[in-house]
Amino acid sequence: MRLNYPPNVKIIKVPCTGKVDVIHLLHAFERGADGVYIAGCLEGDCHFLRGNLRARKRVEYTKRLLDEIGIGGERLQMYNMSAAQGPRFAEVAREMTERIMTLGPNPIRAKNREP
Amino acid sequence: MSDNNQRKIGSVMVIGGGIAGIQASLDLANSGYYVYLVEKSPSIGGVMPQLDKTFPTNDCSMCILSPKLVECGRHFNIEILTNTQVEEVRGEAGNMEVSLIRSPRFVDEDKCVGCGVCAEKCPVKVKDRFNEGLGERKAIYIQYPQAIPLVYQIDKDHCRYFIKGKCRICEKLCKNEAVNFEDTEKRYALKVGSIILAPGFELFDPQLKGEYGYGVYDNVVTSKQFERILSASGPSMGHLERPGDKKEPKKIGFIQCVGSRDLQAGKGYCSSVCCMYAIKEAVVAKEHSGEVEPTIFFMDIRAHGKGFDDYYKRAQEEYGVRFIRCMVSKIVEMPRTKNLRVTYINEEGKPVEEEFDMMVLSGGLTPSEDARALGKRLGIHLNQYGFCETSQFSPLSTSRPGIFVSGVFQGPKDIPETVAQASGSVACASGLLSESRGSMVKGKEYPLETEVKDISPRIGVFVCHCGINIGGVIDVPQVKGYAESLRDVVYAEEGLYVCSQDFQELMKKAISEHNLNRVVVASCSPRTHEPLFQETLRETGLNKYLFEMANIRDQCSWVHMRQKEDATKKAKALVRMAVENARLIQPLDELSLEIKNKALVIGGGLSGMTAALSLADQGYEVYLVEKEAKLGGALHDVYYTLEGDDVQSHLREIMKRVEANPSIHIFKDTMVVDFSGYKGNFETGLMVGPGMFYRKLEHGIVIVATGGEEYKPVGEYMYGEDERVMTQLELEKRIANGVPELSKIDSIVMIQCVGSRTEERPYCSRVCCSEAIKNSLKLKELNPKMHICILYRDIRSYGLMEEYYTLARKKGVKFIRYDLNSKPGVTVEDGALKVDIKDPALGEDLSLSPDLIVLSSAIIPKENDELATLLKVPRTQEGFFLEAHMKLRPVDFGTDGMYVCGLAHSPKLISECISQAYAASARASTILSQERIHVGGVVATVNGDLCAACLTCVRVCPYDVPVINEEGFAEINMAKCQGCGSCASECPAKAIDLQHFRDEQILAKCNALLEGVL
Repeated sequence: MRLNYPPNVKIIKVPCTGKVDVIHLLHAFERGADGVYIAGCLEGDCHFLRGNLRARKRVEYTKRLLDEIGIGGERLQMYNMSAAQGPRFAEVAREMTERIMTLGPNPIRAKNREP
Repeated sequence: MSDNNQRKIGSVMVIGGGIAGIQASLDLANSGYYVYLVEKSPSIGGVMPQLDKTFPTNDCSMCILSPKLVECGRHFNIEILTNTQVEEVRGEAGNMEVSLIRSPRFVDEDKCVGCGVCAEKCPVKVKDRFNEGLGERKAIYIQYPQAIPLVYQIDKDHCRYFIKGKCRICEKLCKNEAVNFEDTEKRYALKVGSIILAPGFELFDPQLKGEYGYGVYDNVVTSKQFERILSASGPSMGHLERPGDKKEPKKIGFIQCVGSRDLQAGKGYCSSVCCMYAIKEAVVAKEHSGEVEPTIFFMDIRAHGKGFDDYYKRAQEEYGVRFIRCMVSKIVEMPRTKNLRVTYINEEGKPVEEEFDMMVLSGGLTPSEDARALGKRLGIHLNQYGFCETSQFSPLSTSRPGIFVSGVFQGPKDIPETVAQASGSVACASGLLSESRGSMVKGKEYPLETEVKDISPRIGVFVCHCGINIGGVIDVPQVKGYAESLRDVVYAEEGLYVCSQDFQELMKKAISEHNLNRVVVASCSPRTHEPLFQETLRETGLNKYLFEMANIRDQCSWVHMRQKEDATKKAKALVRMAVENARLIQPLDELSLEIKNKALVIGGGLSGMTAALSLADQGYEVYLVEKEAKLGGALHDVYYTLEGDDVQSHLREIMKRVEANPSIHIFKDTMVVDFSGYKGNFETGLMVGPGMFYRKLEHGIVIVATGGEEYKPVGEYMYGEDERVMTQLELEKRIANGVPELSKIDSIVMIQCVGSRTEERPYCSRVCCSEAIKNSLKLKELNPKMHICILYRDIRSYGLMEEYYTLARKKGVKFIRYDLNSKPGVTVEDGALKVDIKDPALGEDLSLSPDLIVLSSAIIPKENDELATLLKVPRTQEGFFLEAHMKLRPVDFGTDGMYVCGLAHSPKLISECISQAYAASARASTILSQERIHVGGVVATVNGDLCAACLTCVRVCPYDVPVINEEGFAEINMAKCQGCGSCASECPAKAIDLQHFRDEQILAKCNALLEGVL
């Protein structure tokens, strides 16, 4: 479909969102990611039965952690979409990018820039 | 050996590349036969790629089909012959010669890499048939983006060069020189042992029903056009809009039975699927926009499949789809608004006019003209509608030995039945050719794998231009140069088409000359090309897991076309991530395990016996376990079919064949008491009667065929209180036994849906409507004057059975409808039976005084709780066994090596049980035909030293794989693990890692992605 979306979105492939660990998410923020989102199968349609539901729980948990440490849970988001929803994929990429633009850079990064 | 002492040929031709042909090809190729898959169009896929969603799960049609397409496309033992038609078949079963005609594609299949540059620049726009004429494509085209083979084709009728003699732009642009305007028609012949027909269907042409204005009014569309409108890949990119003016329609009407159940149109049959697809389309439209108000105009809602009635109910209650039982008499377009005024007679008999924004015609299924002509050329019998004629007891055999049939060409049916028949026809072909299994298949020898553990990584990076697809956006030489600078990269190269045959040779040379032990390709997408590159690695002696792909086309150049600099920057980042991951990837061993080539079939009814016989015919030993003292199950209570076949004599014959077959070991009076193992290696414990001795069996697969039975409706409609109230099977027994009083009976009332479609049992039992019609016709034979009244909710005489419904009405059987909230009342007055009912058509209360009342009682599963627990297989709420996937894996359980068929799966007809039993046998053969299975690869592994045996993984695993072993830590069986990684991310001690996606790797990718941002 070749639908345009912002190039700042880069993908790390996992076999199932159920594989995404809290550590992976926190690590990304620690290394300076401004935003992270997980794109999983539609709820009820998980290829591995319920991995996406587990991912959602972890995302919710990690959001709370991010809030606590001042990075902000809104930088992390879980989305559900099917392989046939190309337009939705592009829409989410844009939506998330816009959100992060409004939020500005990851505070860890901002701090680093200070002299 | 066959009669003429000639060895049978171990290859099979499958005609038709829709879902039936694809499934048949895969099952054949995976069980030791070489397959020629013949398809008349440029790519395989059939109708499924055009569909948006599938009922009753609303799965995306393309998403579930695509893995099968890809597997078919790259299978060693499937040769896809597109643009090809069968001309003639000579010879006999086992040895056939097929002559074929291949029409020219004008693009070389070996050279085209499917990059699509030609189509982008082609100046000619053509109405796109894939989008049912609603969109446009170019004169050089692929049918749809996921097409297999991914090779373009020139539409000669529209190509400017062919019409005007000038253009050839595509030829100039194609850097691979794949375009060949001199391509010609080719005729050739192939030898095969058997043929499977799966030519599919087409939709009834609604222009033949002029009153609906199709082709005249813009906003009257066919159901298939509506699928394309709903589809995200369709002409409106998934925006619900009507074709006339692109406005979003609010009121959408669906007209059922357009070209079905219509004697005037020469279609005396029901197309079986239109009710469900219309409901699905209505629901999906509603999901697109809450504003939509869908209305379905219907005669009977035929929701007779598994989970269908529930879906129908949800459509009404949750989505507010309006259902109106009536015939639409005409549609008139309003000249200004282009809206449609629909005239119909409502159920109270009053004419109503109503305006709609859009009308969808639910067209019936009909065999294509090509399929009919093919049938005639092959000399097989077709029925009056052009469907292939088969018998109730051999539903997959055509009239010509060695030629089998599956899918809609055999009669209208839905996708799961089509898939079951496709697998089933494979079992038939395989039963015929088993002596030649493995004789034609191509194997491949690979060099011994190079040891790379403990050797520092030497990475090669290959960056692809993909014509101009990547190179036109991304600065490929720059990316290549950047790759050379990365850690552990010892070689980098760029190529116009990295996937082309000559570049693959170059890659092999580079691997050996530079001692590469990891390979990164930066190109299109692993979805289509990873297996190809992995294959090249294997040919050079590298483990296939030592490969990593950077997706710089689908995830970069295609989607950042207008940001060239950013795209190049991103491509570098993606390459950096791939290289960092490649540094850490390890070769993975696939463990090879021996297979027990024996089958266990649980249940000795029709389905179990049919499966056992088919497995024995295919050359396997079978253990057949039956709980009762005799074989036959529920079939003992059925005497004849609707079509008039003698069931009991068939039962006697099949029982005799099973008992006499030396490969089938029968255990009667036997219970399954324990069960363990995994595909290829199961162990089952039995208590064998009558002495109840314990016996242990080892086997490679399990088929569950525990059957079902008629529900005894004690307490309903005075059943069990008055002996004049009986079930259909009880009546059938009396008819068959020639009880003389029957012919003296003056009047009978039959009540449908007793115990079905109720709160307690929400499903439709599928067979009761035809059962009632069958018994009525028998009674009418005994006494044509007998008054027979059938009280029904919807008559579900789907498929060709519709003809018998018509016949019954012609013979004077009366059909009176009732609603669930005004069920018939049965009482006894002065010793006489009395039935009170409210007729919704007339709005009157009726009182009938029959001599007999016959209840069309539900089909319920046989007691199976304990077995389900032992086998760890799921069941539906109603207690039927639940298959792995409603649509495409109808007889597989989610656990590999386990299958289900017959009434244990859901209520169904004899012929459908037989098809499913054959299907289970064919699916089983994909395992049993192997000597060894390879397990492992991307699976979770446990580090016992770190494991605290906390049971988290045991709870988390969706497949119940982890167990705590004798040494006290978690163990994950490689053969059972599906590789999702859920356990790895939940393990609190981090004792579990998912191979190939180890935490270390994901973190390294993360670091590479974010390099330099801090």
